[in-house]
Amino acid sequence: MLMSVGSLAAMGLTLGSVLGIASRYLAVEENPIEAELQAMLPGSQCGQCGYVGCAQAAVALAKGEAPVTLCPPGGKATAEALAAKLGVKVDLSQVSDSGPQIADVTEEICIGCCRCMKVCPTDAIIGAAKQIHNVIREACTGCSSCIDVCPTEALGMVPIPVTLQHWTWPKPASAHH
Amino acid sequence: MGFLDRFLNTPSWGVHPEDHKRPAADVPLRLFPSPGRVFMPLHQHVGGAARPIVLVGQKVLKGQLIAEAQGNISAPIHAPVSGTVSAVGDVTAPHPSGLPFKAITIDSDGADRWLEAEPLADPFAAAPEEIARRAALAGVVGLGGATFPSAVKFALGKRLKVSTLIVNGGECEPYLSSDDRVMRDFPDMVVDGARLIMHSIGASEALVGIEDNKPEAIAAMRQAAVPYPEVKIRPVPARYPMGSDKQLIQTLTGKEVPSDARAAEVGVLVHNVSTCAAVHKAIRLAQPLVERIVTLNGGAIATPGNVYAPLGTMISELLAFVGLKEAPSRLILGGPMMGTPLLHDRIPIVKGASGILAFNAAEAFVPDAGPCIRCGSCTKACPMGLLPLEMAARIRVGDLEGAEAYALGDCISCGCCAYVCPSHIPLVQYFSHAKGELTAAERTKLRTDATKRLAEAKSARIERENREKAEAAAKRKAEREAAKATAAPPSPVVEKTEGASA
Amino acid sequence: MSQTYGNPVAAPHTTTTNSPARIMSLVMLALAPATLYGFWLYGWPAVYLWLITVGAAMLGEAFSLRLQNRPARPVLLDGSAALTGWLLAVSLPPWAPWWIGVFAGLFATMLGKQAFGGLGQNLFNPAMVARVAVLISFPVQMTAWVAPLPMFSLGAPGPLEGLLIMLRGVPPAFDAVTSATMLGYAKTELSRGIDLFESGLHAPALSFIGNRPGSLGETAAWLIAAGGVAMIGLRLITWHIPLAMLAGIAIPAAILHAVDPARYLDMGTHLLSGGALLGAFFIATDYVTSPNAPRGQLIFGFGCGVFTYIIRTWAGYPEGVAFAVLLMNSMTPIIDTYFKPRIYGRDRKGKPLQTTN
Repeated sequence: MLMSVGSLAAMGLTLGSVLGIASRYLAVEENPIEAELQAMLPGSQCGQCGYVGCAQAAVALAKGEAPVTLCPPGGKATAEALAAKLGVKVDLSQVSDSGPQIADVTEEICIGCCRCMKVCPTDAIIGAAKQIHNVIREACTGCSSCIDVCPTEALGMVPIPVTLQHWTWPKPASAHH
Repeated sequence: MGFLDRFLNTPSWGVHPEDHKRPAADVPLRLFPSPGRVFMPLHQHVGGAARPIVLVGQKVLKGQLIAEAQGNISAPIHAPVSGTVSAVGDVTAPHPSGLPFKAITIDSDGADRWLEAEPLADPFAAAPEEIARRAALAGVVGLGGATFPSAVKFALGKRLKVSTLIVNGGECEPYLSSDDRVMRDFPDMVVDGARLIMHSIGASEALVGIEDNKPEAIAAMRQAAVPYPEVKIRPVPARYPMGSDKQLIQTLTGKEVPSDARAAEVGVLVHNVSTCAAVHKAIRLAQPLVERIVTLNGGAIATPGNVYAPLGTMISELLAFVGLKEAPSRLILGGPMMGTPLLHDRIPIVKGASGILAFNAAEAFVPDAGPCIRCGSCTKACPMGLLPLEMAARIRVGDLEGAEAYALGDCISCGCCAYVCPSHIPLVQYFSHAKGELTAAERTKLRTDATKRLAEAKSARIERENREKAEAAAKRKAEREAAKATAAPPSPVVEKTEGASA
Repeated sequence: MSQTYGNPVAAPHTTTTNSPARIMSLVMLALAPATLYGFWLYGWPAVYLWLITVGAAMLGEAFSLRLQNRPARPVLLDGSAALTGWLLAVSLPPWAPWWIGVFAGLFATMLGKQAFGGLGQNLFNPAMVARVAVLISFPVQMTAWVAPLPMFSLGAPGPLEGLLIMLRGVPPAFDAVTSATMLGYAKTELSRGIDLFESGLHAPALSFIGNRPGSLGETAAWLIAAGGVAMIGLRLITWHIPLAMLAGIAIPAAILHAVDPARYLDMGTHLLSGGALLGAFFIATDYVTSPNAPRGQLIFGFGCGVFTYIIRTWAGYPEGVAFAVLLMNSMTPIIDTYFKPRIYGRDRKGKPLQTTN
């Protein structure tokens, strides 16, 4: 009996050590993930995540230093995609997904100070000094950088209106509740 | 058709729901009296919406152009009644969302005065392009429901040297009979229109496919086609969706349209019988498309039948015209298999409105969905040979790419699968949802790419401006230093700058 | 007049009146003649066993639903648990003790079906899963076959006696009744070295009268076949799986019997004995666990038939239908992936057709 116990234990120890050595010395460097993560982010370099741009945010995500919920304009969809890519579990119930939003100028209050134009990462605000500004809908990414700098609070975030062309059928409710 | 004939020729795909076409199909066509007000939408076709060219307060005649086509794939809109334009605003679209779209409101003066226009004297002597041009100006679009601008299709057919025109008299949807009535009451118009289209595209023959549940229409069309041997009447087995162009092409010619090609690439072009009649009216009578036959059927309708009504008429007025036995439990634009559910009846009829169905509670009842029992009835029924149960299983868990791998894009949304499902699973809704989500994802991707480009453009602009400022500053500094070096007193420098600003 | 009609409901706005309950009821109706004949043939113990097995299957389903906090009644009414129990009951030895019925019934619905997620989610046929589990766990009781003792004949147990037999087991008075099935007998004799000519088997055609012992589903072979053909006529199943499975049994049997008649049973015996017909028409054709497309179904059926023959002839068990069906069930997803129907406008591989114009 001692023979069988001994031989099995010896095999286990040997094979376990082999696996341990292999995992240390034959490990694969994970670097292409950074480019993939960066592709998932919106790309407007708005800085709301706290990093200088989307590339730096991707590096931090790849290293595991940043949470997957770091991107407010990306919303729940981006957080889910990042979590799936990185293989992390994340509780998204707290992430408020207000849906895609864009900035909107209340023209009566706008004083034409041009401060919002300077911070918009995609040049989505048009206007000139002392002229009323306006937001080009197609270019706005919803990063909200302009909201913070407006001195008169003329800028606000509004949900993107649903049009006939963009409406889709909702998924039917499943039979299993 | 004899039993053996039917047994051998009935296709294995598709379904055969209860017809429900009669007695509505047999009731003579009724003329809807001119409505007091019409709401003519600007977007009644596939492609770009038309642009209004009339002003509020302007007087218009029936058939007058009120909105121009925009872009290569578009169609113009004409006034369906004579009267005064009272508004250009929003009206609820015949769409499941109930969202609005733009329409021109015209208050009728009751006179129904047509605009005087010159019909084409000898169309068969004219150039083929002339027929297409006039059809385009008349706003003719596919009246089977697809509403694709017909002239664009004629041009495509001519370019690809289509040899066979298929005239679609299938009307496979239950309850509907507007095409049936067009063939019974105006067969000469249909045949003439078909011949005009043949001339326009350069086709040598026309095959008119009519389902065999319409014997009167077949007889009338045969009669009308007697002088024209190139127009051949071909009865086809009544099976839904025989009127779908891919299935009709296969049944009539045996050819299969490849999944990434159009019908024209296999040498056929399909047009609905009502479209042919509209082409006839546009060319021979110079009447643009402003009216159509609409079937009003369903258990809630008091006197079901077909009504010839101007476009833009409110559905509520049509329902009042035929009378309602009870408040409808569901209102559908089109047939029961593919029709659009309407949220209320304050919606105008459009060019593609072949029928309005007002269902009573019994007809509208659909049992609750149960779990998929993997019986495979949907696979047997699918006319495209897809696996609806597999696609739905993947969509249910959010694997949209997996569903796409099962050729979700080939689905024609005919509804056969959901019709036969014993568990009454809303399969078509799963597929519509998935197709919508995939399109939205495509759009998001395009938006992300555009965003990146815009952000890069902005950085480039800032860089450029900074660079220019630095260069200008360096240049001014160099000039100042040069001036300081050459001049002794400071005044010449002052003069120089003053001169510069003058 | 303006009126709203609620939330948008997707097309189609009409549907057939079919339902899972209707399908299950029709299948049970197709099974009924054979089952009733079996009741008459084997007497009251068989009736009680059937009742207990079906009851246990439905109880297992109800219990599983309760565990999921779902209402049990609507699901039980779709008839799938009852059908599973019924198919299981007709594959058990008719005089098996009550606890075999209970164990098998509970196993079938709880572990064979609900554990996978309920109707439509299981990979393996629940009735066969339970039968195999019981066969492996209790081989003695599961191979204790009895010769037919028609219900009102001399010596047959009455209702009360039948109940006692089921509850307490077969008493010594009925010892002479125990016997082997045709396949079991053939295998045992062959293993003892006695070939088929000598073991003197009766002509298989008399199987339907019930001269040889078996389960309820075995003995009334022709009634099972009639029920199966009726189901094909009612379009509940197609001919692909039954024909393929019977071919899978018949072809090897015919070939090998021609080669060595003393060692290998002939085609007729194979088709009419054991669960061949029950398996071909009722068990292998189960919607959930069989492939969806016709070509895949033919392969599946043929595989079931061939495996059945192999297990019957060369493996340790005299009857192979249950194992064969389970083995092919595991292949169903692969078969489904590689044998899809051809899509309109595409070739067999899924690429768009080439235009000829």
